[in-house]
Amino acid sequence: MEHRKSDPRGSGRRRFIRAGIGVAGGLALPAGLATRAFAADHPPIGTWPAGASGDSVFIGITVPRTGTYAVQGEDELKGYELAVEHINAGHPLIRAISPRTKKGVLGKTVKYGVADSAAKPNTAVQAEQRFITENKAVLMTGSTSSAVAVALNKLAQREKVLYLAGISGSNDTTGKDCVRYGFRQCFYGQTAAAAIGPIVVKTFGKNRKAAYLTPDYTYGHTVTKSMSDYLNGNAGWTTVTDQVAPLGAPDYSSYLLNIANSGAEVLLNVNWGHDAVLSTQQAKQFGLLDKMKLVIPYQTPFLARDAGGNLLAGVYAATDFWWTLEDKYPLAKMFVDAFEMKYGYKPEWGANNAYMEFALWAEAVENAGTFYPPDVIKSYEAGRKIQSTVGEVYFRKEDHQLVRPVIIVRGKQQSDMKNKEDFYDVVEIVPGLPLMQKPDAFGCTLGDYA
Amino acid sequence: MVTWPNFVSQLFNGLALGALLALISSGLTIIYGTLGVLNLAHGAMFMLGGYAGYVAYETSGSFVVAVVAGTLFLLVVGVVMERVIIRHFYGRPHADQLLVTFGLSICFVEIVRFFFSSLSKSVPAPSSLSGITSLGVMFYPTYRLAVVGIVAVALLALFLVLYRTRLGMIVRAGIEDSVMVDSLGIDVYRVFMVVFGIGAMAAGFAGIVNAPVVSLTPDMGEAILVQTFVVVVIGGVGSFPGAVIGGLIAGEIISLTSMVDPGYAYVMLFAAMTLVLMVRPHGLLGAPGRE
Repeated sequence: MEHRKSDPRGSGRRRFIRAGIGVAGGLALPAGLATRAFAADHPPIGTWPAGASGDSVFIGITVPRTGTYAVQGEDELKGYELAVEHINAGHPLIRAISPRTKKGVLGKTVKYGVADSAAKPNTAVQAEQRFITENKAVLMTGSTSSAVAVALNKLAQREKVLYLAGISGSNDTTGKDCVRYGFRQCFYGQTAAAAIGPIVVKTFGKNRKAAYLTPDYTYGHTVTKSMSDYLNGNAGWTTVTDQVAPLGAPDYSSYLLNIANSGAEVLLNVNWGHDAVLSTQQAKQFGLLDKMKLVIPYQTPFLARDAGGNLLAGVYAATDFWWTLEDKYPLAKMFVDAFEMKYGYKPEWGANNAYMEFALWAEAVENAGTFYPPDVIKSYEAGRKIQSTVGEVYFRKEDHQLVRPVIIVRGKQQSDMKNKEDFYDVVEIVPGLPLMQKPDAFGCTLGDYA
Repeated sequence: MVTWPNFVSQLFNGLALGALLALISSGLTIIYGTLGVLNLAHGAMFMLGGYAGYVAYETSGSFVVAVVAGTLFLLVVGVVMERVIIRHFYGRPHADQLLVTFGLSICFVEIVRFFFSSLSKSVPAPSSLSGITSLGVMFYPTYRLAVVGIVAVALLALFLVLYRTRLGMIVRAGIEDSVMVDSLGIDVYRVFMVVFGIGAMAAGFAGIVNAPVVSLTPDMGEAILVQTFVVVVIGGVGSFPGAVIGGLIAGEIISLTSMVDPGYAYVMLFAAMTLVLMVRPHGLLGAPGRE
């Protein structure tokens, strides 16, 4: 008797029928059901899975397009636009940062909507809430004001939708106001102060009298505190006056007269955006820049250009990115070239920060293999070393702050400028980790994943 | 910090700030006093004056041409605005007037943003007025010193027009009782047009004169509008001398409070306005029935 060899997979006919039923069933299953079946492992959270169930995913962007920070907001927006274009096209620069990227993110096209925040927290929160409700945004970003960043951090944690802080210099963004759903790419008060402090002390000496011009919100207060803590604590400096001005002050004369009469030797201008431009110009008008040295602890994109009159010549500033870094970092060169080709000028740090935010997000999602927010967060928190336009970087899992260098620049004399955008020399690239406070030093408690 | 040199510096700075506020407010107050229209586009007109001057400066390279162009442009804007839009709102509720002037201000700001972007523009002070002047206890920007003089001359000119000419007499009569002026056979609507033109011109003049002190941005009028309203309320609605005195008081409050704590400068300004409204509801030099 001939025994048929037993086939563990069953007979050919049975296999055929089983496969046929499977295929037919799969075809009959509506796409939504398939997603739900896939999503069965995870309960819905935030805009997931609805926001990631189609061919595209949506990002809600709020930048200031009016008001004191409008110029920087528009610049930031260009960085976002370029990044989306590169992600969707699978541009070599994005693939150098996020090697798993092919086209889009997990094969889905990235779309986005833009709203004007006017640098106001309420306006930004309302706009992002709309993007979440109407567009099922899987990601929120924007801000050139830490007040907005902190407000959107809270919205992100409440709505369980990821938020990438745009430009935000406050220690609080990844400090006491940090959230599980928020991440920051750029440098901030603490790292700025720790990076520029030694150079300021070396240049101007110990036991100096300092005056501060501080914008009256979380960014200004924390940057001024970090700067004065460093200078007063390490070099015996004294703060003779701290002039706190509201955001968008139309005139700085009263503040500048107080500084003129304070006996200060160094003026640290923490103002940002148009406030930085105006206060620096008026400091010149009042003769302050002839009497005391100017330091910019947290540089504003386009400050040198907009203040004009070579006012930044010889001035030290801490920044996130300067375009001549292209000489050192190949990815910086790719970024500067691509940006300049599209927009016709050299990018400053706002645009670079925006671009890198999206590139790092694409990297995190591709590595997570899903848009499911807790998994994306864990992917960010894995601490992978990632190539960026300023070398190797990674996110610190305890506070979601990118560990990255701070760039110290010094304003060039007009006669030394090689082209009309050659405003600064890069003096030092200060490694990021030693600049950072201990993760819990600013009271960060991240909160829940779900 | 309160020191003798700082006190003198701030006192003087208050005068300079106040002079400019007085000039802008005088335009607002005579328009409201005569026409009964609260012009929320006044701040935007201040900004337009700056930009018109900027264009003229870029074209001609002359600051004097910029000042003349900025002023005349706003005269034209004011007259056209009154003829085409504002006149239709004289008989309508205040809410309508507020909405239409607010809408116009948004249009002005966005038109300027469209053509000039949000990037700040600057008009340099004439070379003869640039630099710093020593005033003994303090150094002060020469141009800001000059602004005090320029504004004083402008206010004097406005005073002469309002108090020494037939037109001024009609305008002042119109502020007190426009119905009576109308029934005396004077074409009050023509006067309204002239008044609106003069008010706009004052804002435009202030805009370009102030341009070298600040840098121009499309939304620069917003902050100044709020301060201007405070000045008008303190001085008394419809009162030209009230606007001047209110402006100077506001300038000094901002400057002297800043000496102690800049954070309270605007709080004190509004506190002063509240105080004036409690003690003299019609403002320092206002009269009942105007508003």
